[in-house]
Amino acid sequence: MNERGMGLNIGELESMAKQCRRNIVKMVYGIGAGHPGGSLSAIDMLTALYGHRLRVDPANPTWEDRDRFIMSKGHASPGVYSILHERGFLTADDLLTYRKLGGCCQGHVDMKWCPGVDFSAGSLGMGLSFGIGCSIAAKLDGSERTSWVMLGDGELQEGQVWEGVMAAVHHEIGSLKVIVDRNGIQNDDFCETQMRMFDVSEKFASFGWAVMEIDGHDMNEIVRAIEWADQVTDGPACIVMHTIKGKGVSYMENNPKFHGAAPNEEQFILAMEELS
Amino acid sequence: MSAPSGGGASRDGYGAALLEMVDDDRVVVIEADLGKSTKSCLFRAEKPSHTVSLGIAEQNMMLVAAGLSTSGYVPFASTFAIFTERGFEQVRNGIARPNIVVHLCGSHGGIHTGTDGSSAQSIEDLAIYRTLPNMTVIHPCDDVSAKALTLELRHHNSPSYMRTARNKVQRAYSDESAHELQIGKGHIHRTGNDVAIIACGVMLNEALDAAKILSKSGIEATVVDMHTIKPLDTNLISKLAKECGAIVTAEDHSVIGGLGGAVAECLVSNHPVPLERIGVQDRFGESGGSDELLEMLGMKSSDIVQAAQNAITRSLD
Repeated sequence: MNERGMGLNIGELESMAKQCRRNIVKMVYGIGAGHPGGSLSAIDMLTALYGHRLRVDPANPTWEDRDRFIMSKGHASPGVYSILHERGFLTADDLLTYRKLGGCCQGHVDMKWCPGVDFSAGSLGMGLSFGIGCSIAAKLDGSERTSWVMLGDGELQEGQVWEGVMAAVHHEIGSLKVIVDRNGIQNDDFCETQMRMFDVSEKFASFGWAVMEIDGHDMNEIVRAIEWADQVTDGPACIVMHTIKGKGVSYMENNPKFHGAAPNEEQFILAMEELS
Repeated sequence: MSAPSGGGASRDGYGAALLEMVDDDRVVVIEADLGKSTKSCLFRAEKPSHTVSLGIAEQNMMLVAAGLSTSGYVPFASTFAIFTERGFEQVRNGIARPNIVVHLCGSHGGIHTGTDGSSAQSIEDLAIYRTLPNMTVIHPCDDVSAKALTLELRHHNSPSYMRTARNKVQRAYSDESAHELQIGKGHIHRTGNDVAIIACGVMLNEALDAAKILSKSGIEATVVDMHTIKPLDTNLISKLAKECGAIVTAEDHSVIGGLGGAVAECLVSNHPVPLERIGVQDRFGESGGSDELLEMLGMKSSDIVQAAQNAITRSLD
């Protein structure tokens, strides 16, 4: 169980990400609700994390010494469920329970409902703090396990995020890795119209974080960034990944309407063609 | 714990309990700058390796504690009661909802906090935490009972909120009697069949004083320390309603939603009898001495006496 990821090469990761995209759109279309945009922007990184890096065990989801993945932007749950399916935590039938009564795939990722989910999200701004707690525990245990936290860019407007940003540096939490999904869109509109955030990398750097910016849809860059973050051990590391909300489905790309809306039948058919 | 003439503040009991846990490596103490006030500083001085200080950032503190708990630790996190409320949604969504065992302590609760004024006087904390599924809500009356109940929390398998108070009060417990305390079970300090006074926190002493005054006029009161607001000891309350026929609650908290509200809900559903609620009557406090404020807000033993007489009169109608 000490192996990282699934031993996949770049081409295999890209192929898996495409399969995840199909499942994301199917889940959201199937229930007629959900958040496709932020799932599609994050899925290349999610695929790289589970396919290339995280030490987790689908046969033992609560294995104490597993790496933690904390999806703080919990509405991007279809993205998480689709990669947990590829990684062996969820069956194809499990994915069909998305947003349904009694289903393990709750509307927002929930550790009490879904195997492989490490954090009950849904209210933005909390995941980084939780990851800090997990990493402090790892240090107390003398373990080398790591905590990976994914934040949305709109989520950075929550004040609690910056409480955590300060604390992670103060406590020199080297096992903590943050990924910011900089897709530029939040619930109501583009981030630039809702609350400008200017240079996100500069903000993290000014607090003392090691920061790397990448194209969040280039699998080579993503894998290199994960390996870079692993080399940062004297404090927290942040990967700011520039992404396209709705990436892979033409009419969803960079479209605020698909932050939290399902495609209609015609749109669904088109999406499946584009992702074939 | 011996009993010096100055009595004890429940926050001192919290600190003393943490100190007793220093040999348990599962226990982690978390602070948001106010460790000197909540008394978590005592643990920090003994075991800095297992103390996490997070600065003035309560929201972050709640979720750091949750993360530690899911990794096998037993976190005790504290700040002022009023500032825990800043992180209420974090407690709701990040701790209670996933049922993560975090023990949160809010010190300096109630108007008894005194001269700091209304911004520091939490009078709604018991009410808001009581609404959360999975949460245990505790409010001990003195340092001895606070210590005993905190030690019990170490083995408690659901999240909790404990409110402690700033000021020293006369002790209602000895080490021996505190040993009998159980989370979720009211402790009877005095028995009488005419009225039951159910109190928590610093108001227990006012309730005991009221019972003495009532006794002089031939009214015998049962006095209960209802240190656990949730889960509420509904069996005891129903029994007292049947035996006494009139009940008074006394709390340093709004009469809306706290002990008085909880007892009212219990009575209405089980055995309705007249109830009078002593506490803060839907207003904010202000700066002043503790006793001055208790008097101004109608929360002294004499007010409890009057409330008991009113409840008895209503029960005879």
